[in-house]
Amino acid sequence: MEKRAHISGWTLPLLLILPQMAITVVFFYWPASQAIWQSFLREDAFGLASEFVGFENYVFLFEQPEYYRAMVTTVIFSTLVAFFSLACALLLATQADKNIRAGQAFKTLLIWPYAVAPAIAGVLWLFMFHPTLGTLSRPINALGINWNPMLNGNHAMTLLVLSATWKQISYNFLFFLAGLQSIPKSVIEAAAIDGAGPIRRFWTVIFPLLSPTTFFLLVVTIVYVFFETFGIIDAVTGGGPAGQTTTLVYKVYADGRLGGDLGGSAAQSVILMIIVIALTAVQFRYVERKVQY
Amino acid sequence: MAGVTLDTVRKIYAGNVEAVKGVSLGIEDGSFCVLVGPSGCGKSTLLRMIAGLETISGGEVKIGDRVVNQMEPADRDIAMVFQNYALYPHMSVYDNMAYGLKNRKTPKDEIDRRVKEAARILAIESFLARKPRQLSGGQRQRVAMGRAIVRKPQVFLFDEPLSNLDAKLRVQMRVEIKRLQRALGVTSIYVTHDQVEAMTLSDKLVVMSGGQIEQVGSPAEVYRRPETRFVATFIGSPPMNILPGTVEGPGRVSVGGQSIAVTDMREGLTPGSAIEVGLRPEDVQAGGAGASSLSMDIDFVEELGATQLFHGKVAGAEFIVQASTGQLPADTRNLTLAVDPGNVHLFDPQTTKRLGRV
Repeated sequence: MEKRAHISGWTLPLLLILPQMAITVVFFYWPASQAIWQSFLREDAFGLASEFVGFENYVFLFEQPEYYRAMVTTVIFSTLVAFFSLACALLLATQADKNIRAGQAFKTLLIWPYAVAPAIAGVLWLFMFHPTLGTLSRPINALGINWNPMLNGNHAMTLLVLSATWKQISYNFLFFLAGLQSIPKSVIEAAAIDGAGPIRRFWTVIFPLLSPTTFFLLVVTIVYVFFETFGIIDAVTGGGPAGQTTTLVYKVYADGRLGGDLGGSAAQSVILMIIVIALTAVQFRYVERKVQY
Repeated sequence: MAGVTLDTVRKIYAGNVEAVKGVSLGIEDGSFCVLVGPSGCGKSTLLRMIAGLETISGGEVKIGDRVVNQMEPADRDIAMVFQNYALYPHMSVYDNMAYGLKNRKTPKDEIDRRVKEAARILAIESFLARKPRQLSGGQRQRVAMGRAIVRKPQVFLFDEPLSNLDAKLRVQMRVEIKRLQRALGVTSIYVTHDQVEAMTLSDKLVVMSGGQIEQVGSPAEVYRRPETRFVATFIGSPPMNILPGTVEGPGRVSVGGQSIAVTDMREGLTPGSAIEVGLRPEDVQAGGAGASSLSMDIDFVEELGATQLFHGKVAGAEFIVQASTGQLPADTRNLTLAVDPGNVHLFDPQTTKRLGRV
């Protein structure tokens, strides 16, 4: 049963929620509404005047082939990062969940990458895989691959996927570990007695029971790839070569900040905002329905 | 079907904690064996070693004539019912029961036949499509039983299966488990800390304490002739009264200066040496001042409906007398208790072992 405290009057409750409301208004509602307003405006090249153009920015956006290319890039990028960061984190979590020597140290070390700032993570990986300076590009070249993320779009994307995945594994690992630890031990023992080997046990009992966690992490990781990888992209490839690693978020920055098209950039932000709201809504509905076992 | 034999089985945990200290026990094919003892006595560890969920530190576990020490749980041909049921939450009741058979590559129609049959026996046919979370505690318990019986194992293992149920349901399920075990005739090992469950279910009662077996026997034997003071006070509710006494001579002890006759007394005990005198609350009769009697001061009365428990002191020690309601007035302050010499249990104060006839 839920217990409710009864407070008479409005003053105290309002005062209590005021700080949170102020933060939300200043850092979300205000810029968001400005973005929506700006997406209907067109500014001149010098930023001296602007005129209301209705949906013209949106129409123009969907006529650009570059926008669709950024969409495809984003989908490929987020699919790869989501898959690898979830799979690696799950593998590591299942190993860490076993009673192993120095397990605590192992867990602590695995959490560290999460504390590294995205741009620094990007630079770190760039140094390792730099075509001329990188310690790892030499062995790759020795394998007969002409490694050059500066010129080859696929190589650039590979490098981005590596660094973005590396950073997100920690977070996913923590949640998977918590998820694994919340599965009653006796259920797994029952499966062992029921004749299921370790691999079958994993796929028929453990993985289905982790599905709420997996789904939650999938949504979080997609949101991460959409927005927080900006730092990594900016540090490693700057959206290149030739725009081949420009994702939707990076394009917002490139068009608005570098290209000076504030209206078009604002329109892109609004579309991104809608995507995130939709993702979050799906997550809440699913989690509420499905999380209780 | 098979019996289970344990030969000096030990469990030593990291840090040299010995949870099970060399237990030897033979469980006959088809019998119902209950391991009972207070928490931490090693009974669950012993059961889990038989199941293969804990490694065996020493000794040998045999199911039938196979030594199973190194076998995986799946290969031991056992089924286990867990305290929290351990049902697979994401599977329907049907799939929960079918899972073990599927893993063993049983043909589909055979699985279907066996699951339906088990469901019929346990009266859970109408829930086969439901998920465990949609079931009540008693229904989940039945599904857990169903999962065990569809596999037709050599041995059933029960790890406190009724302790999560409410008192009324517990009595009902207890009867059902007993009936089912009789009908199927499968060797069963059942762990509990509840002595009523232990007494009612077992053919063979094993009382454990501190990682060791205190006594093995039929429930009646264990109740009538407890081998140690621990068994005497653990089995039976309310527990047996223990009074300090001294040896007077062959067949006679004295408690607080009151002399009582004893039938089952070791010969050659030194007169004047200390001894513990055990009397079950239901074995002493109020009234009557025969050759063997004790006087008791009563503090208060507990009403149990059919019976009343009189709490008080005999020779300075706590004492409980159980009497049929109406036999004694509730405001009784003093009682003279007639003691049947056949109902007196004697224990050595040092070793706590029974000092009965050899």
